[in-house]
Amino acid sequence: MLARLGFPQPFLSLNLFLVWQLLSDGVSGGSVVMGLILAWMLPRLTNNFWPERPATVKGWLLPMYLLRVVWDIITASVVVARLVLSTRQPQPVFISYPLSLEHPLAITMLASTISLTPGTVSADVSDDNRILLIHALDAKDEQEVIDTIRKRYEQPLQEIFQ
Amino acid sequence: MQPIYEYVISALLLTGGLFTLVGAIGLVRLPDFFTRLHAPTKATTLGVGAIMLGSVAYFSARAPGVNVAEILITVFLFLTAPVSANILAKAAMHLGVDRTPETRGKPWDQ
Amino acid sequence: MIADLPILSWALHITIGMVVLAILLNVYRLLKGPDAPDRVLALDTLYINAIALIILLGIALGTRLYMESALLIAVMGFVGTVALAKYLKRGSVIE
Repeated sequence: MLARLGFPQPFLSLNLFLVWQLLSDGVSGGSVVMGLILAWMLPRLTNNFWPERPATVKGWLLPMYLLRVVWDIITASVVVARLVLSTRQPQPVFISYPLSLEHPLAITMLASTISLTPGTVSADVSDDNRILLIHALDAKDEQEVIDTIRKRYEQPLQEIFQ
Repeated sequence: MQPIYEYVISALLLTGGLFTLVGAIGLVRLPDFFTRLHAPTKATTLGVGAIMLGSVAYFSARAPGVNVAEILITVFLFLTAPVSANILAKAAMHLGVDRTPETRGKPWDQ
Repeated sequence: MIADLPILSWALHITIGMVVLAILLNVYRLLKGPDAPDRVLALDTLYINAIALIILLGIALGTRLYMESALLIAVMGFVGTVALAKYLKRGSVIE
């Protein structure tokens, strides 16, 4: 029904509306009207640029995932801070991580999560979307890093984007 | 303002400042570009996030009403930090930036 | 005002000192390099720290006027970083 009213992407429209309310210093009549116009117009203008959406998205699992990521960002920052302040030399390593996710959106989310959490930055993804190149700041064992990422992030994402 | 608010806001600000400083120290101290990439994307982003939270708490405690523009900035920084890191890493791999001898594994050709 | 809250006032000034020190360290990395990506990374960190400094200034002056500038720096800084990195990788920003 929403699609026929001119909202092909209801979630994006909702986000645009809310962000505009936050930007315009309190909710007022003007900001609601402008927010509605933006929520209607921007998804239509950008519709052709969006990649194909995954078949099913279990959106209600996302908040749990985000909470876990926020917690990991905090602990990861403490770990990095300790390493920066210690005199020990870090042992950096490039890891090729075999992806089992297939959808580009899910891979993007995994790559962003990896960049923000435990001493790892995702550097590149292979052309066929099968392998992710990860740079780990300080790792003794490559397999351990791969297992952690698979258990902690990839499997929940797999569940969300089936 | 209640004293407890004052302590909480002070703690948030100091934590934020500390993480920002650690990020900058990491940027100076770590041995090569790829390791230096880690410090700003994690420590600095979290530090600025903590300072933002402190600001939200301060202005909410001072006057009624919620002011959330800082949250918007924080979310934006958290969304963009991995993208900047990723594209900078790609650029560095393309240019063949030096790595420390301890590095195991190899970057890909770009 | 902030002057009525001695502890917060101290914390604020210490935090400002730490952020300024962080900015100086970033400038050191910006000037020293050694490679172009290092300098871009330093610039990236520099704008994020500048946002923190602006927010702290807003708390110190008790005004929210600077929030817009912080938001603008966040958006423009990100675009700048991406454009510079793209230039390093491809030799041009728009192909």
